[in-house]
Parts: sequence; C-alpha cells; structure tokens
Amino acid sequence: MDIHEAYQLLNSTAGQLSTRFQQVPGSAILLRYIKSSYQNDPVRSVVELGLFLFAVRYLLAPRYSTNKSKAADLTEEEIDELVQDWTPEPLVAHPTELEAAENEKRPVIVGPTGPKVKLANGRTVNNYASFNFFNFVSNEILKERAIQILRNYGVGACGPPNFYGTQDVHMETERDIANFLGVPSCIVYAQAFSTISSVIPAFAKRGDIIVADKAVNYSIQKGLDISRSTVRWFEHNDLEDLERVLEKVQKEMAKKPLTRRFIVTEGLFETTGDMVDLPKIIELKQRYKYRLILDESHSFGTLGRTGRGITEHLNIDPLSVDMLVGSLAYSICAGGGFCAGSREIVEHQRISSSAYVFSAALPALLAVTASETIKLLENNPDVLSVLRENIKAFRAVMDRSEYVKCTSDIENPVCMFTLKKEVCGGIADQERLMMDIVDEAIANGVLISRVKNVPEKNSARVVWKYEATFKACISIGHTKKETEKAAAVVKAAVSKVVTRVKKENAGRFLS
Amino acid sequence: MPRNPFSSSSATAPIPIDAPRKRSPSSSRNTAAKVAQFFSSSPKAAYSLPAHLSASASLLAAQEQNNARSLSPSVSLPTISLSTATADKLSDTPTMLFSPPSPEAARKLAREHAQFGPLGHASHKCISQHPKGSPVEDSVEDEPPYYFLLTTYISYLVLIVFGHVRDFFGKRFKDQNYKHLKAQNGYAALNSDFDNFYVRRLKMRISDCFARPITGVPGRFITLLDRVSDDFNLTFKLTGTQTEALNMSSYNYLGFAQSVGPCADAVEDSIRRYGMSSASSRVDAGTSDLHTDVEKLVADFVGKPSAIIFSMGYVTNSTAFSALVGKGCLIISDELNHASIRFGARLSGAVIGMFKHNDMNDLERLLREQISQGQPRTHRPWKKILVVVEGLYSMEGTMCNLPGLLELKHIYKFNLFIDEAHSIGALGPRGRGICDYFGIDPSEVDILMGTLTKSFGANGGYIAADKHVIDKLRSSHAGSVYGESPAPPVLMQISSSLRIISGELVPGQGEERLQRLAFNSRYLRLGLKRLGFIVYGQDDSPIIPVMLYNPAKIPAFSHEMLRRKIAVVVVGYPATPLVSSRARFCVSAAHTKDDLDRLLTACDEIGDVLQLKFSSGIAGGAVPLPPGVTREDEKEMRKKGIVSPPRWPLEEVLKRGVKDVQSPLR
Ligand SMILES: Cc1ncc(COP(=O)(O)O)c(C=O)c1O
Repeated sequence: MDIHEAYQLLNSTAGQLSTRFQQVPGSAILLRYIKSSYQNDPVRSVVELGLFLFAVRYLLAPRYSTNKSKAADLTEEEIDELVQDWTPEPLVAHPTELEAAENEKRPVIVGPTGPKVKLANGRTVNNYASFNFFNFVSNEILKERAIQILRNYGVGACGPPNFYGTQDVHMETERDIANFLGVPSCIVYAQAFSTISSVIPAFAKRGDIIVADKAVNYSIQKGLDISRSTVRWFEHNDLEDLERVLEKVQKEMAKKPLTRRFIVTEGLFETTGDMVDLPKIIELKQRYKYRLILDESHSFGTLGRTGRGITEHLNIDPLSVDMLVGSLAYSICAGGGFCAGSREIVEHQRISSSAYVFSAALPALLAVTASETIKLLENNPDVLSVLRENIKAFRAVMDRSEYVKCTSDIENPVCMFTLKKEVCGGIADQERLMMDIVDEAIANGVLISRVKNVPEKNSARVVWKYEATFKACISIGHTKKETEKAAAVVKAAVSKVVTRVKKENAGRFLS
Repeated sequence: MPRNPFSSSSATAPIPIDAPRKRSPSSSRNTAAKVAQFFSSSPKAAYSLPAHLSASASLLAAQEQNNARSLSPSVSLPTISLSTATADKLSDTPTMLFSPPSPEAARKLAREHAQFGPLGHASHKCISQHPKGSPVEDSVEDEPPYYFLLTTYISYLVLIVFGHVRDFFGKRFKDQNYKHLKAQNGYAALNSDFDNFYVRRLKMRISDCFARPITGVPGRFITLLDRVSDDFNLTFKLTGTQTEALNMSSYNYLGFAQSVGPCADAVEDSIRRYGMSSASSRVDAGTSDLHTDVEKLVADFVGKPSAIIFSMGYVTNSTAFSALVGKGCLIISDELNHASIRFGARLSGAVIGMFKHNDMNDLERLLREQISQGQPRTHRPWKKILVVVEGLYSMEGTMCNLPGLLELKHIYKFNLFIDEAHSIGALGPRGRGICDYFGIDPSEVDILMGTLTKSFGANGGYIAADKHVIDKLRSSHAGSVYGESPAPPVLMQISSSLRIISGELVPGQGEERLQRLAFNSRYLRLGLKRLGFIVYGQDDSPIIPVMLYNPAKIPAFSHEMLRRKIAVVVVGYPATPLVSSRARFCVSAAHTKDDLDRLLTACDEIGDVLQLKFSSGIAGGAVPLPPGVTREDEKEMRKKGIVSPPRWPLEEVLKRGVKDVQSPLR
C-alpha cells in the first residue's frame, strides 16, 4: 500500500464520518458554535475543550472513598501481623470497690413487695425503698381486674403497636389518661424509662435547639444525645439563668432560619427531688416561643389534689405543656410510660418514635391496671392527703438531723437527703458513706436506698455533678407513727455512721 | 450428559406441572389499573377478583364451623386432640370422646383452639437443626424480572409526582390543611414539610393496613376490631363489629399467647401473691425471688453462667452498649440490625462500622482494615471491637452465619454480641436459639441478648454472659439502675413458659411446640416456593417474607388477605429498601396444617390476581429430581441458571408438602 492509497482511504473515511456527523441532529448547531467561538475567541475554545476533557475524565475516574486516602498502605502479611499483635482489652473492666459492695448488698425481697417485706437473709423490714406510695401493689380490686384481663388477653401483646399489637385496652388506657389530665390525646409506651429518651428525638432533629436543665435525669440526657440537636444548658432550677440562655440563643439565631426550639425539664427532679417553677417556665417559653417537654415521671400521681401532677398542683392548664411525659410504673404501680398532648403531637409519635414503633406493646393487664389505678386516685383523693401527712411526719424528724439535709420538695414522697456542707469536710468517699447509712438503716429494720448513677464515660457529656444522696420513699402503707419511727431509725443511722467515719478519717490523718 | 431435569417439559418429571399459566396480554394494563387503584381512596373497590374463592372459602367455613360449634354443639364432634399443648385443662373432660360435650365445654374448647390449634397428625412435626457437618450456605435471594423492578420505580415516581401536584394545589386552595407544616406565630413547624411528605402522601394511602386494633389473645386466630375511615385514612372509627382472622402477624412463635393453660394459671397465682408491680428499679428494692429465679432459668436455658433481665427488650439493647464499650472502641454492626441496636450503639460513643448483611467476606475485609489502621486520626489500636449481629432477622427471615462468625472471631479476637430477639425459643432442637440450631457451645459467644416478648408471650429482655460481665452490667446498665423492674405476672409467664419448653412442666408439651413450629415453618416456606413466590430466609426460619415489590401491591395484598380473614403484616419503604416491599408471615406452633393450607390457598389465588409469582427457581421450589441426578448436580445447574421457574398447582403442593419437608428443602 503506497502513501497515495492511504491518503485516499483517509480522505474517504473522513468524508463518510463528516456526513455521518451531519446526520446527527443538532450537529450543525454544535459545529456553528465551535466555529464562531473559535473565530471570536480562540483562547476560550481551548479552555472549553480543557474543561470538557476534564469532565469526561472526572466522570470516568474510579470512585474512591475519602477516608481511604489517609490509610497507610499495608501488605496482606503486614495486616496479618498487626492482627496477630492486637490484644483487645477485656470486655468489661474489673468491678470497682463500690460496685462489688453494691452487688453483694443488693436487697432481694422474698415474696411480694409491700410496706413490710421479707428479705432473702430472713429478716423482715419496713420498706421505704419502693414507689408503692399508695400501696396499690396489695390492692385486691386491682388484682381481680388484672386476672379478668389475663383470662381474656393473655400476658404479652406479641407484637409492636403498628403490627397488630394495639389492643382495645391500650386505646382505652390512652383515653383514660388523656381525660384524667384534660388533654386531647395520649400515647402509651411499653416502659417508663425509655419513654422520654424516645420522645425527644422524635421531635428534635439536627439543627434544632434544646435548652435543658443541668440536672435532668439519665433518660432525658440520652434523648438529648441521640437527637443531635444543639443543646444548651441552664443552671439547675435557676430560671434567671434560663432567661439569659434564651436571650443569648435569640441573639445568635436572629439572622438564621427559624428552627424548632424546646425547653426540657422535669416536674419533680429524679436526682434532686425538688420541684420546677412551672409558671415561670411557661411564661418564658411563651415569651421566647419554645415548646416545653416536661418529664412528669415522678410528679404524675403524686402532685395535685387528685394526683394529676404538677399542672394540677400549680393550677396550670396542662395544654400549655406541649409534651407531657409521665410514668405508669412509679406511683401508679402498673407499667409503661405515656406522652400526652395535642393530637398532632401524639399521632406523630405513633410513626416516628423509636421506642414505640420498634418495641412490643405494653401487656394488656398492665395497661388496664394503670387505667384502674388512675380511677382509684381520681375517686379517692384522700389517699394523697394521707401521704402528705406521712411525708411531713418523716421530714419533721429528719429535719432535726445535724448531718443531713433534705433536698426534695415537701410534696415529694421520695425524700432525698445529702450531707450538709459543714459536715462534708473530712469525709473522703461520700458514696461509700451513703452506702453505710443505708446498710445501718436496713440492719435496724428500715429499708431505704441510695440514689445511684450510671457513670458517664464520655467526659464531654458531663454537665452536672451528682451529690451523694440517699432516699426514703414514703407510703400510706405505714401509719404516721410507723413513719416517724422509721425516720428516727434513719436519723440515728446517719449520726452513727457519720461520727464513725469522721473518727476513722481523723485517725488516719493523725497517724 | 443428563437431560436438563429442570425444564418443566421434561418427560421424566414425575408430576405434571402446568406450564406457567398464560398471562392475559393486558398485564401492563393490569399494573396500571393497580397503580390507579393505589390512588383511589377506597381500598376495597377496584381490582376485580375471581368470584370463586372456592378453596379458601371451604377452609374458612371450617374455621367458622369451629367457632359455631360453641353455639350448636350437635353440629359435629370436636376434633380429638392428641396434642398436649392445649390439653392440660382438657383432661378434665374425658367424656368428650363418646358423648357430645356440653355447650359449656364445647365453647371452652373452641376458645382454646382459637388460641392454640390442635395437632392434626403426628407427622406434622420436625426438628429445627442445622444439618451437622454441612457448610452454612447464604440464603439465595431471587430477583423478579426487570419489568417488575422498573414498574416499581415508576410507581414510586408517579406517587411522588402526584403527591407534589396535590401539595401544589392543596397549599394554594386548602391552606388550613397545611398549617401544621408551616411556621406559626413564631414556632417552627413540628415536622418539616419535607420529612412529612412520605407520611402524608405515601403512607397515608395505606394507613389502614397498619396499627389495626385487636382485642383478646393474639394466638392462632386474632380478633380484629373493624374500622372505617371517611377522611382518607386520617382518622378511623370503630364500627363495633369484629373479624376473627388467622393470625400470621404476631411474634407468637411457640404459641404461648394463651389465656388458658398452665402459663395463665401460674400467672393468675402470681398476681394474687405478688400483685401487679415490683414498684422500684432493679437496684433499689425491685429484685425479688421471682427475678432471681427467672434470671437463673434464663441463664440455664441459653447455656450461660449468668443472666440479667429487664422490663423491655428495646431498652436492653439501647443502653447495653454504653455499659460495654465507649470511646476508643469499635462496634461493627450488621447493616440490617434492629433500631434498638443502632440507638444503643450511637449512645455508646464508640465508632460504628457496618458490614453488608450476613456477608462474612465484607466483615473480614472491614476487620482487617480496622485492626490494621486502628482508630481514626490517631491510629492507636482499638481498645475493643464488638461485633453485633442478630440471630434471626425479623424483616429478612435470615439467620446469622454463626459458624462463620466464630471462625473470624478466633482470628480477629473481637467480642461477639448476638441479639436473639427472634431466634430464642424459635430455633434449635431444644429451642435455645441460634447456638442450639448450629450445635455450637454458647460459651463461644460473649454476649447473648434476647427478648422475652416473642417466643415466651411475655415482655422484656435479657442479657446472658459470664458472671463477671453480668455483675458489671447490674450496676452499669441504665436499664437496671433507672428502669422499672419487670412486673411479677410477666415474670411468671416467662418462668412457666421456660419450664414448659425445657420439659420441667407438662413434659412433652414443650417439645411438641418446638417441633410443630419447625414443621410449620418448613411446610409454609416450601409451599410458597413451589407456588412460585419469592421468599427470603433460611428454610428453618419461622419468619417468611414474601416479596411484593410494587407499592400498589402492599395494600392490595393486605386487603385481599383480610377479605379471606387472614391477618398479615405488610412493610415497605422505609422499613425495607425502596424496591423490596414485602408481606411477612410469622409462623407459630399454634397453627395447624389446615391453617397453613388455607394460607397457601389464599396466596395462590392472590398471587395470580396480583402477579406475585415471579420466582426464577434459583432459590428452590423445583420439581422433584429425576432419578440419577444428585443434589450436587442440581446445585451446579442452578449456578449455570438451568432452572425452570417453579409454578406448582396448589393441589400438588398440599399433597406432597408433609412428606417433602422432612428431607432437606430444595
Ligand atoms: C432484634 C430485636 N431486638 C430488640 C427488639 C425489641 O424488643 P421488645 O419488643 O421486647 O422491646 C426487637 C423487637 O422488635 C427486635 O426485633
């Protein structure tokens, strides 16, 4: 083949190609564009061509993940070696001294719980450690009703509420609670503890703002963690600080798009026992346009004339609380938790609250027990006044203690005690001291307990330092006399342990 | 060279199989009609149904007769129950055999049988066990023809476009309906327009298939409260009537959802003795002898030295990981793990890695990468690595590959956490879960977690492990420190059902329940495969997802089943990937073979109407092997794709099922 033939071949293929190209629709426009742009501005054409080639290369390039680029390149043998060398830590660390002692001393009740319980070591003690404030546990009416339900529904619901787990009794319980509180709607969860940690992330998402009290309970903290919202803290029960925080947030957010904003706090605080100044919170929330998520786990069933909670106690419209979360397992002595509010708020949770959607429904007999108990409370408000008398009696004795002070509210049947400031000096391990007080009280026939906290491993999340506290739960299962006597035992236990520990510590300092 | 045994035209095929029935040429029109149906607000109206619901009708009649017996005892003698599972109370009425029972006794019996069906025949039992020595095969996932995937995507596209069109006009003309999506007097909307779109425009159409209220025991049958909606599923009103339906939806694997029988009797006693509540958290005064008893029973049952129980399965997971791992640790989680595990893993503060569902190669790749690279940025070695899997996946019906995991565990020294929520009680010759199923010593797994909500008909969860681990959890697991302690009646249900399974109470009954569940699971799965459905999961798994794909088929399937008085769970996006919408059957020991036949009949009819029989045959269900072809040959052929889609006629499926489930399924 000589050069001439090759030239002809090239010519003819080029000719064919160009006719083909002209047949493609739009080719003429493209050609015209390229021509004119080249004539007007050849540099631009070159740049455009460059861009085009870059785009093609970019699209054809293999995908790579951004984190790989940082990884050191290792051969298979090196990886094998590293794998062999790697020694993981044991799954759990050794128990601390406190944990070991706790495990050893945890009370085990033989038989039913009640005002008096028999412990596994054979002793019978007065029980001041259960949430059995109204002694509903031993109520025969409730038991009979539960048996009736058992005989019609069995025990478990065997499915989540959205998949045939919703029984008519659940709907009735929801209605009963809503009516009792005076709000339009209510949703029942299978467990009280998990309720609020699932309610918060159902509403608060990334970018939203939550302003929370520093002393909120563990469940709320976990709800805040999981929500990925921006969390701001205010000093425990310090509403001036809350106002400052709200003011600050308002300034920061002034130019940003409107997001959901929530205030989260508790009615009666789980760890300190004191009460929130709800009217002031409501005023602030309305002024700054926040929604209020209120954990009434400990105040529902104990505050107010008929136990409707803090809203009844302080005479506040329950609808001004946007999400009212409560427990059916504490003072109500059944099981499960609830969130009450407007219909919109409740229905939203039915499809987007994780602990509701992905967990089996509450057993029917516990739901009915909750309903019946609420009716009992509503019809016998005297039990609440009896309870309050007992609380007063207990505290009157304890108030005379020179070593501890009561941090809980006078209406709170869970009385919490911490060391007075002036006593703390010379006591190295307050938790251990509280444990000794509890043991001493049990040895003298009064079962009380220490407020326990799960240690937070992630130090960035620690905002509140818990004080060592012990608590006594008052019940109408004890007479006023018995309550006073129990208080005297506890007070004596405190004195005995504190003086002993002080002496020991002083001895250690001297030697 | 062997002839292709899989082509249905093969002359040696021992049973005649219909050539895939000729589809009406209008199949695409059908789909269009169904999509249109999806938009129509009244669910019952559009797609036409063959008037002959013949077979299912007769089976239905049997059920009704069963119920009607209580009213007219002379209709027929009740089936003589050889089953011990419901017979505890039954033995008081020995006259049954010969004289018609009193109306009272008949009513009682009917009630018992509605909760737990009598065993039809002694052959309706099998043992749930991984064949010793054989390798664990990944479950084969069949795929439908591309046409169905394409129409699925188009359906969603149409739905989304329609949704936006409706929103466009709605927002202009019916402003008040959109109020809750807009900022109002200074409050941002509770849920954003965008987040709410799916719920408002897609889920709302089929809301009537979810959260159907029930009453009574969710046993073999379930009593639905009928409801109607006059505002397009925004709200529902109960009509006051009830429908008793076959229950394929509850996690009642061993049939312990019962209001009669030894469990319920024990629970009644416990209520009288203990009351309804433990009234405290576990660490304060909420631990009684009942709790310690149950913990010991659970530990013995799963084969671990120690166990701790909680009042909710969800919380057992959601706060467990904070107690086990933290900063500097790595959690490697199967991509399809349950929400509670993800919740817990996120709370723990550990780094989270994910591997493809049940893919051991992907897990190994990830382990090698993570161990060699160490922590991000600092490249310090990981403190610990915790691999988290489920024993049995509730949406897939697949089991974890435990032997494969343990092999990796020995090399890579990670800790293994298995969530046995669905597998405990439901798998293994003795019902002891995934370890029992594979014949593996439970001590090889570090942590066995499970729930008591499912197989045991109770509530709550447990964690079983070595004693020092459990002791640590007692004081560091938030569910134990803050959560309410499990209630006495719930504990008694757990303890009595565990004792029945282990044979301590009513010897024989536990075994029967386990074997019936295994039989039912295999029987239904084999039947569905032979009919031509695509089902996921291993053969022994009691969870059987049936693939639907097109979104319009979700409500259609649910409604058609309900018409035939069968309650099923249907799920779609976001609980599953966008394309793989499915219905899920949960098999129970309480079902009888007749119940399953009724279900198969219904599936057969609905499968034809809705075009659900798309299996290609690679996942099994083929016609019997001709003589001379071994299972190895068959496997080879499947790999080469020489299979013909199984489309057995119903009668053959019902006739051969009982015998065929006893040998390995194909
Ligand atoms: C794998 C898994 N883990 C945990 C749970 C939660 O259990 P429970 O319903 O007892 O809260 C479930 C329930 O759906 C589950 O499937």
